[in-house]
Amino acid sequence: MSRDFREQTVVKARGLTKKFKDFKAVDNLDLSIERGMIYGFLGPNGSGKTTAMRMLTGLLTPSEGSVEVLGLKVPKDAEALKYKIGYMTQTFSLYGDLTVFENLKFVAKIYGLRGSIQKKRIPELLERYELSELKDRFAGKMSGGQRQRLALAAAVIHKPLLLFLDEPTSAVDPESRRNFWEQLFDLSDAGTSIVVSTHFMDEAERCHKIAILEAGRKRADGTPEDLMHAMGANVYEVEGPDLRDMRLKLLALEDVVSAAQLGARLRVLVSRRVHNPEDWLTQRPEVRQATRISKVRPNLEDVFVTSTGEGRQ
Amino acid sequence: MRSLRRILAVLFKELTQLRRDRMTFGMVIMIPLIQLILFGYAINTNVRDIPVAVVDQSQTGLSRVLIQMVEATRVVKVVEHHTNVQDAEEAIRSARVRAAFILPDDLDNRIVRSPSAGFGTPPSTDEETSRPVAQWIVDGSDTLIASAIKSLRSMPLSELFREPPNRNTATFEVALFYNPEQRTAVNIVPGLVGVILTMTMIMFTSAAIVRERERGNMEMLINTPIRSLELMIGKIIPYVFIGLVQLGIILGLGHILFGVPLSGNMLDLLGGTLLFIGASLSLGLVLSTIATSQLQAMQMTVFVLLPSILLSGFMFPYEGMPIIAQYIAEALPATHFMRMIRGFVLRDATFLDLYRDVVWLAGFFFLGMIVAAFRFKKRLD
Ligand SMILES: Nc1ncnc2c1ncn2[C@@H]1O[C@H](COP(=O)(O)OP(=O)(O)O)[C@@H](O)[C@H]1O
Ligand SMILES: [Mg+2]
Repeated sequence: MSRDFREQTVVKARGLTKKFKDFKAVDNLDLSIERGMIYGFLGPNGSGKTTAMRMLTGLLTPSEGSVEVLGLKVPKDAEALKYKIGYMTQTFSLYGDLTVFENLKFVAKIYGLRGSIQKKRIPELLERYELSELKDRFAGKMSGGQRQRLALAAAVIHKPLLLFLDEPTSAVDPESRRNFWEQLFDLSDAGTSIVVSTHFMDEAERCHKIAILEAGRKRADGTPEDLMHAMGANVYEVEGPDLRDMRLKLLALEDVVSAAQLGARLRVLVSRRVHNPEDWLTQRPEVRQATRISKVRPNLEDVFVTSTGEGRQ
Repeated sequence: MRSLRRILAVLFKELTQLRRDRMTFGMVIMIPLIQLILFGYAINTNVRDIPVAVVDQSQTGLSRVLIQMVEATRVVKVVEHHTNVQDAEEAIRSARVRAAFILPDDLDNRIVRSPSAGFGTPPSTDEETSRPVAQWIVDGSDTLIASAIKSLRSMPLSELFREPPNRNTATFEVALFYNPEQRTAVNIVPGLVGVILTMTMIMFTSAAIVRERERGNMEMLINTPIRSLELMIGKIIPYVFIGLVQLGIILGLGHILFGVPLSGNMLDLLGGTLLFIGASLSLGLVLSTIATSQLQAMQMTVFVLLPSILLSGFMFPYEGMPIIAQYIAEALPATHFMRMIRGFVLRDATFLDLYRDVVWLAGFFFLGMIVAAFRFKKRLD
């Protein structure tokens, strides 16, 4: 497989829009994803992550806008692109009535790998993704984590330059999730560019760059750090009695972006419009009963809440 | 090269899945087996032992002999006796009998005067002789039963008087080629190959693509470089073999159980069957690209299957159908195959004799494949 080192941007999308009847599942999305990066789509269910990925891989025809992936126009050159990309679907899409080995063998042949290459590549993948012992197990009889590893192995069998992963960890336990991300970093290290969608904040935080999607629109993008920095709010944690009541009162204020209870604390996001947010907050009558108010570092969830307006719902 | 490898990959995968799918695998064998035995023994256009009621109003020795003679034809079987016509009609209405045999009280008189009794032919002007000796009331809704009883209409009566039947000189001589003993199975069994292949081939392939879609495999498949024609070809090849196995079962068992001759041109038979299998499979694939669920695929299969059974000439002669029905029948691969296989198996016909059907089936196959491959888009919208 020849590697094209000239192109530094692996995904370019301009004004990408997908309409289902009158409903815009993806709305005017601009993307620019650089080589070697793990790029995350962060968004709740229905925000258009899957639809966006399907347009990037040529499975869906965009209603408007243009897409270029690895220098190829999509959907026009989608078929040529298929040798260079891997795609792991949101729901398990290999054959449940074939074994792990048979599934990998099938995919290898479909990608046109020669027998000699298959003989090396398949055991290598079985080993790397801890599937050697499960080799003869039917895919339909495996756990979520095992299936996910099989799906990843199948998606990278032809050593794609660019890998699309659609909510790869939604059906697995936290332990498997951690391991899975280690695998992704290995792939990334080896030069594979990765586009991954998720609705988990901690996963998004691991990405080199993310785009926050809501209702088909991109609300923000950048590195997680930049996003936290540039966030339009300051974050405080408030302790005290009767937090439920305090939360409702705070939410009624225009300058409070969000207030969410975390155990015995209330995490309050105060809009950047407020000049001296710490004084402003401590002097509010709503927090009179508070025993302690402290400024904390924003996290990605705060970024998400601020940029999507989730907190007000 | 890559193309071939991908076709083989799909083919091998289908075979593996098929091997594990007990239900489908069982159907491949059981459908032809059961249908053959069922149809071979059950379908019989030579109707026998129709249950009838008798209303004997004359109660003479002659009437009893006449009833016995009628029963001896084996066409009917007397199951009820009644004294009046109303009771017999009631028996027909309640489906206990299919017909009633009514012998009038002046039966003896009528018989003596009847020309069928063989006492010479009285002048035709004699009004008395134009009266039949007895009457049949028939449930005419089933035309086969009605015509079986109608065949008794001119039964010779000379035997009544222990005389040899009068020599009836036939107007026409009829020589029955190919099935001289007139056994229905000889005609039904080869036709059954067509019906069963239509059923299994279209049913399996029409589900083939929909199933991948329903189980979510399609999204993975269309993300790979596989081409639609490669997928189509890989998917149908296993069924070609299944079709040939079914052909073997039906004709082999048909030969053993029903004495269907296998003297015909076997190579032409094989070629013709392959063409028909191809045509059915490509039709199944087209349906598969239209259907959105396996249930829908099944409904479409039935939609094709019914006319294939009823209009193809399998059950009723093609020539007897109205023109419109003949046009519809011509569009069905089964009609062409019905003609071919009966020709090959029963009449020793060759490809050349039946070249029209050969060309038509080949054309249907190619067109079907092209339409299926064209309709199958590697897209989700
Ligand atoms: N084929 C389709 N037809 C109609 N609506 C669709 C279709 N696919 C997705 N949608 C709608 O588009 C929106 C975005 O869906 P999706 O891209 O699957 O979101 P996500 O992957 O972020 O959960 C949802 O509201 C969904 O119902
Ligand atoms: Mg999704």
